[in-house]
Amino acid sequence: MSNSEINKLIERTYSAGFVTDIESDTMPPGLNETVVRAISARKKEPEWLLDWRLKAYKHWCTLTPPDWGHMNFGSIDFDSISYFSAPKSQADRPASLDEVDPELLKTYEKLGIPLHEHAALAGVAVDVVFDSVSIATTFKKKLREAGVIFCSFSEAVTEHPDLVKKYLGTVVSYRDNFYASLNAAVFSDGSFVFIPKGVTCPMELSTYFRINELNTGQFERTLIIAEESAKVSYLEGCTAPMRDENQLHAAVVELIALDDADIKYSTVQNWYPGDKDGKGGIYNFVTKRGACIGDRSKISWTQVETGSAITWKYPSVVLRGDNSIGEFYSVALTHNHQQADTGTKMIHLGKNTRSTIVSKGICAGKSQNTYRGLVRVSPAAANSRNYTQCDSLLIGDTCGAHTFPYIESGRSDAVIEHEATTSTVNEEQLFLCQQRGIDADKAISMIVNGFCKEVFRELPMEFAVEAGKLLEVSLEGAVG
Amino acid sequence: MLKVENLHVEVAGKIILKGLDLTISAGEVHAIMGPNGSGKSTLSNVLAGKPGYTIIKGSISFDGAAIDELSPEQRARMGIFLAFQYPVEIPGVSNMEFLKAASDSIYKHRALEPESSMDFIKRARQLSALVDLDQGFLKRGVNEGFSGGEKKRNEILQLLMLQPRLAILDETDSGLDIDALKTVSEGINSYKNSDNAVLLITHYQRLLNHIQPDFVHVLADGKIVRSGDHNLATELEAKGYAWLTDTAA
Ligand SMILES: Nc1ncnc2c1ncn2[C@@H]1O[C@H](COP(=O)(O)OP(=O)(O)OP(=O)(O)O)[C@@H](O)[C@H]1O
Ligand SMILES: [Mg+2]
Repeated sequence: MSNSEINKLIERTYSAGFVTDIESDTMPPGLNETVVRAISARKKEPEWLLDWRLKAYKHWCTLTPPDWGHMNFGSIDFDSISYFSAPKSQADRPASLDEVDPELLKTYEKLGIPLHEHAALAGVAVDVVFDSVSIATTFKKKLREAGVIFCSFSEAVTEHPDLVKKYLGTVVSYRDNFYASLNAAVFSDGSFVFIPKGVTCPMELSTYFRINELNTGQFERTLIIAEESAKVSYLEGCTAPMRDENQLHAAVVELIALDDADIKYSTVQNWYPGDKDGKGGIYNFVTKRGACIGDRSKISWTQVETGSAITWKYPSVVLRGDNSIGEFYSVALTHNHQQADTGTKMIHLGKNTRSTIVSKGICAGKSQNTYRGLVRVSPAAANSRNYTQCDSLLIGDTCGAHTFPYIESGRSDAVIEHEATTSTVNEEQLFLCQQRGIDADKAISMIVNGFCKEVFRELPMEFAVEAGKLLEVSLEGAVG
Repeated sequence: MLKVENLHVEVAGKIILKGLDLTISAGEVHAIMGPNGSGKSTLSNVLAGKPGYTIIKGSISFDGAAIDELSPEQRARMGIFLAFQYPVEIPGVSNMEFLKAASDSIYKHRALEPESSMDFIKRARQLSALVDLDQGFLKRGVNEGFSGGEKKRNEILQLLMLQPRLAILDETDSGLDIDALKTVSEGINSYKNSDNAVLLITHYQRLLNHIQPDFVHVLADGKIVRSGDHNLATELEAKGYAWLTDTAA
């Protein structure tokens, strides 16, 4: 399939998402205290949460958007954004798959998304939607039996206010950065996970049965707590290109691991990247951070980023507990005019803390792909180690890959290793594949998948397969 | 099977092949010898359809149909195989995965169901033993960290797995130790049958001791200046190329 065909496909896929009538349930654009109060009131939130939002809002008013990213985009008019829109009413959605753009369905098929999920992803207003409803019910029952709490953030505020109050903002404070403050003031909804002491979550917590609740909105907030010796693997996102009418996304994710706890957080992000000329596309400003509070705790981030026009995100780990472990495995793919500035921060505070960073940047078209990482070893963090491997793969010669590794070591016994490579998908490799009968698109995707192998290995099995296909679809037409 | 007529080829603004004729029929083994830089690899690349080579005059046909305009993968699927003089590495893509993708695309072209993974793996193991590559090589990235000789044996493994109609082997014997030369030759001989053909590009008579060519051609300055039977190779080994290139000039 040629580049133009793909782009046509993508455009059509998303065009429906961006042109929507203003619904009566949407607040007027602009942000002020009244809006923050209204959001909180609409969600029937307790006083303490409203106060927290208001403090965040006041702090946000003192900030300006960060401009240190290696990116170039027009300034965002925060007064033109509407900060609350109710989920679309059933009546506005397609009534059946027959009303859904066939091209969108084709894309799902290409990605190998199970048939019964198509309707939900395409926003069909039914709950004939599949056996997955019943699967979800079974899952929820199983989780409840194990004592695991997995629900929407709003539900958690109502049902488990003490837990939310205790942990909210403890890892990413409302003062953390411009977008984190904005999120704290206006966050719409998100997920809440609590794994009690000693419990291994009996299943991977995935969007799989969250797709009914897709419309969490542009300011998502996630809080995951693993108590002593608890263990959980959480999957966020979806390989299918997701429809969303909001251009600005500013999510916050907080992870908390107590003694011996283990949290694995995997993301596949595939928001609309904009068209081939760089028009449209989601701006994605995310603050993700985990705190290894307990000794011997472990937090591992794995991300596959292929979507969005702008990606600004640095999933980080604060290694407070002694012998705690932080990991970051990342694949960031940019094509056409996409810009990604992503990486991680590993903050070593406890003794014998270890961190691993493996970052794979793939850069095609006219895109810009930046790795930005910080490894900080505090004076208290005796015997800490970090290993960083940072590889860039260029496809074509009109894109740019950049690496900004920052190392701050307060100890002489710290072992910090850094390896970086830049390579290109070269003609000889392509020709070898083609000479053996493999077409150019498939060849590129094989080469890119090979390049990402170390990261894909970290993904849960079926996610890894999907991610591989996703790269293939995202790169179609990357070579002429 | 292959018919090359009056082929003129330009690379990077330079005319490398200057009126080359070559006809290969099923069941034949042809050897091409010739000085460095005479255009041997250029010929094999052009036959395989590598981008960057412009045919300014002449034609190439395969099984009676012109292939000048076909993409490399189309030619490969029709059965043209090139063993590279300098095989490249593809890190992270396992040999097995690579071979299966190649094989599947060729099967698809022939409107056949892809070979089952079980059968494929079994066959790959047998054939890798035949070319003296440990099974571990099937799991490693394509040519990734292979020694020079291992890369060449890996090319033969690919040849045996994919069973093309025409095998073009560009200096597959270069850089092999004596045992490896024997292994590679045995591999090529086991591939050979009355339905396929081999085009050997080599600098050394010693390969031709293992694989007897039906024809030997000398390529010099972009043209075939002499053709003969295997005795020509012996003569070249003794006399070098000067006596041919001088008369050709
Ligand atoms: N891409 C290119 N750009 C410029 N010159 C080229 C290119 N490809 C080939 N040539 C030139 O064409 C000529 C023939 O090269 P070719 O590789 O075909 O020779 P060969 O006969 O295979 O030599 P050898 O025996 O050393 O392998 C050489 O002079 C080479 O430098
Ligand atoms: Mg050569």
